[in-house]
Amino acid sequence: MAALWLARASSQLARRAARRLPPLPSRHGGEPSPWFLGSSVAAPPPVLGSPPLPPLERIARRGFCSVRRFAGESSAAAAAADEEEPENGFAGGDQAIDFPGGKVSFVAEMNFLPESHGERISCYRVLDDDGRTISGSRFQEVSKEVALKMYIEMVTLQIMDNIFYEAQRQGRISFYLTSNGEEAINIASAAALSIDDIVLPQYREPGVLLWRGFTLQEFANQCFGNSMDYGKGRQMPIHYGSNRLNYFTVSSPIATQLPHAVGAAYSLKMDKKDACAITYFGDGGTSEGDFHAALNFAAVMDAPVVFFCRNNGWAISTPTTEQFRSDGVVIRGQAYGIRGIRVDGNDALAVYSAVHAAREMAIAEGRPILIEALTYRVGHHSTSDDSTKYRPVDEIEHWRTARDPISRYRKWVQGNDWWSDAEESELRRRVRKELLQAIQVAERMPKPPFAELFTDVYDQIPSNLREQERLLRETIMKHPADYPTDVPV
Amino acid sequence: MAARALREAGRRRGWAAEVGRRCFSGGSAGAAVAEPKEGVAEGGKAVNLFTAVNQALHIALDTDPRAYVFGEDVGFGGVFRCTTGLADRFGKSRVFNTPLCEQGIAGFAIGLAAMGNRAIAEIQFADYIFPAFDQIVNEAAKFRYRSGNEFNCGGLTIRTPYGAVGHGGHYHSQSPEAFFCHVPGLKVVIPRSPREAKGLLLASIRDPNPVVFFEPKWLYRLAVEEVPEEDYMLPLSQAEVIRKGSDITLIGWGAQLAVLKEACEDAAKDGVSCELIDLKTLIPWDKETVEASVKKTGKLLVSHEAPITGGFGAEIAASIAERCFQRLEAPVARVCGVDTPFPLVYEPFYMPTKNKVLDAIKATVNY
Repeated sequence: MAALWLARASSQLARRAARRLPPLPSRHGGEPSPWFLGSSVAAPPPVLGSPPLPPLERIARRGFCSVRRFAGESSAAAAAADEEEPENGFAGGDQAIDFPGGKVSFVAEMNFLPESHGERISCYRVLDDDGRTISGSRFQEVSKEVALKMYIEMVTLQIMDNIFYEAQRQGRISFYLTSNGEEAINIASAAALSIDDIVLPQYREPGVLLWRGFTLQEFANQCFGNSMDYGKGRQMPIHYGSNRLNYFTVSSPIATQLPHAVGAAYSLKMDKKDACAITYFGDGGTSEGDFHAALNFAAVMDAPVVFFCRNNGWAISTPTTEQFRSDGVVIRGQAYGIRGIRVDGNDALAVYSAVHAAREMAIAEGRPILIEALTYRVGHHSTSDDSTKYRPVDEIEHWRTARDPISRYRKWVQGNDWWSDAEESELRRRVRKELLQAIQVAERMPKPPFAELFTDVYDQIPSNLREQERLLRETIMKHPADYPTDVPV
Repeated sequence: MAARALREAGRRRGWAAEVGRRCFSGGSAGAAVAEPKEGVAEGGKAVNLFTAVNQALHIALDTDPRAYVFGEDVGFGGVFRCTTGLADRFGKSRVFNTPLCEQGIAGFAIGLAAMGNRAIAEIQFADYIFPAFDQIVNEAAKFRYRSGNEFNCGGLTIRTPYGAVGHGGHYHSQSPEAFFCHVPGLKVVIPRSPREAKGLLLASIRDPNPVVFFEPKWLYRLAVEEVPEEDYMLPLSQAEVIRKGSDITLIGWGAQLAVLKEACEDAAKDGVSCELIDLKTLIPWDKETVEASVKKTGKLLVSHEAPITGGFGAEIAASIAERCFQRLEAPVARVCGVDTPFPLVYEPFYMPTKNKVLDAIKATVNY
């Protein structure tokens, strides 16, 4: 009896499923954003290019032959049922069941979901390799003023990276980490945000802070860990943070900031702020448990957060082929019920447009959005790394030159007659000079005082820390040679 | 009926009942336990520990519109009923279930707290706090320090039930407090009774530092005490001498205080006068109160359910040896769990029971 029922129900449902795919229920009721192409998300992934699964086919033929016969016999009845099918698509009531979480229909075929779509998800792009807008491309208009500021900040970031990198090589700072090749991601994403949006960075997004008004002197102060460093010299270089600029202080552990972003976004939503949270992370970070935790929490809590993945191909020396089997990162959003887009991370206009649209959807619809920007880490992981040990120099060179996001964007800016070669050399000269001066100032600045070792562990210094400070001071007096002379005691 | 009997038993014994027989309050079966009708006295109604926690959460949400309560299953009142009635009164946007993911709960809570909210997160059992360990240790504890006070998550309080219950086995019995006591930037608080639980929890929630608040789940229903109905706080980092004595100092926290108290009473019958201290806050801890007591008695016994090696008792023993070496008349005694995973059928063997404590008191006093 059960087999008979299954055969009937499923043969009808299989045909219906093929004919009509139910749209995802709208959680928010409002009009979907114009950026949201409903059909591409609503449809379950088509079984394109999936391997034919020959062993299962054989099992189906042998083991389930009776089911197939029944299905054949009942085809007339099934056709009749099709006619009577009500609008909700679930005729008879016993061909679909209200499982916890919603109604699910049955099919006769044992179809495993394919492991992939077959084709890789395509990548949104506005500018071609020569910096011309691709015909038919849709993108967010950028004023000349904003466009130029974006260009200037991208160049500034590049020069800052070069000079700080050299400063580390000269032994003047202990560590550095460049954003080479990811300047468009840094600056264009920042440009599309509002200052009220809360940024929870990984560590390769100093350009976001630069865009928001962190000065070169402030960057230098942090890298030198001097008394003007907001972090009071407690963290390694590049661990910037600024309350004034809504940029949470960088911490080294990977992906820990993602769940924070969900909490921050939830707070913005509760306060009815016209703002979202945005958090950045790399391809490696998506393997962390916190990535899963954050995406799932964000989806369940309808938190207005933009997850921005810089998929630059490398987690230190581990390539993405050894990081995950999925088609990158954007596809994973669907499994969590999160809308997403893949974007060309070396195309400033595409990044700007995607973040602009993501931000609007996140806030207006109260939902998380996942952005995967495809790019390449042109620099080494950090100054402690030599990436030529694990990847070809040619490859690095190709991305550094032919695919450089700055020169591509410059072509577009200059194509609009907004920029000249003379302005270019003046900009580079000026930024370089400012940076060298900032380094000199930062280097001369005293270190934060010894007493700051014990502050900020708690809001007030508890008695055990007071006692330890007293004892340590006595030791310093006794053995001054053991301690750095540039830290005022 | 069983619940009522336990309540009566609890009342007779003050704030805890016998060590051997314990009530494990799991699921919603016992959800109907209401506040006792009688027992109103000057100190307020007699209520059990989960009700005291519940009162504190009601007050926390009522007095601060930026306070949130969340965690696994808190929406319907929580598996231990601590969050009963909160969602109905304050709405599902302020009191809500989260997905089953401790690192997500902790991480979400940190972000919420960093935006100036009071994030009161529940980890359903302390045994399951370890997926959140990275978030608590590397993020919550260092949030203020690493940013030079640009940011902090001081509004964060993580509540979690800990300790033995009689049949909890490996994963519903552990006392992991010592792990968190090794982390500068955190406060670790453990109450011993309903009145203490309410006052300390409100203080923890309002303290501008992240607090891990361990609740003795054995006492959720068993301990009944008169608890003031109003909003009150008890100071953190302040130990309390709960019984004066002259021969030996006993120190513990949470549910173990009940065991120590019984040991004190039995010791008194043998003519030994014990001074009993509830540490309440494990970090930063009140060394001064312990030190003053040991200087008076010359002897110290520390007791906790967690395994003895690397337990917080070791830290107390070392600190007191440093400060009171010349006054100590015997080695510091430790009566703790053994160094095994928390066992099911062997629980009676594992536990630092009254008679183990009593033997250690005698051995120390007669050293």
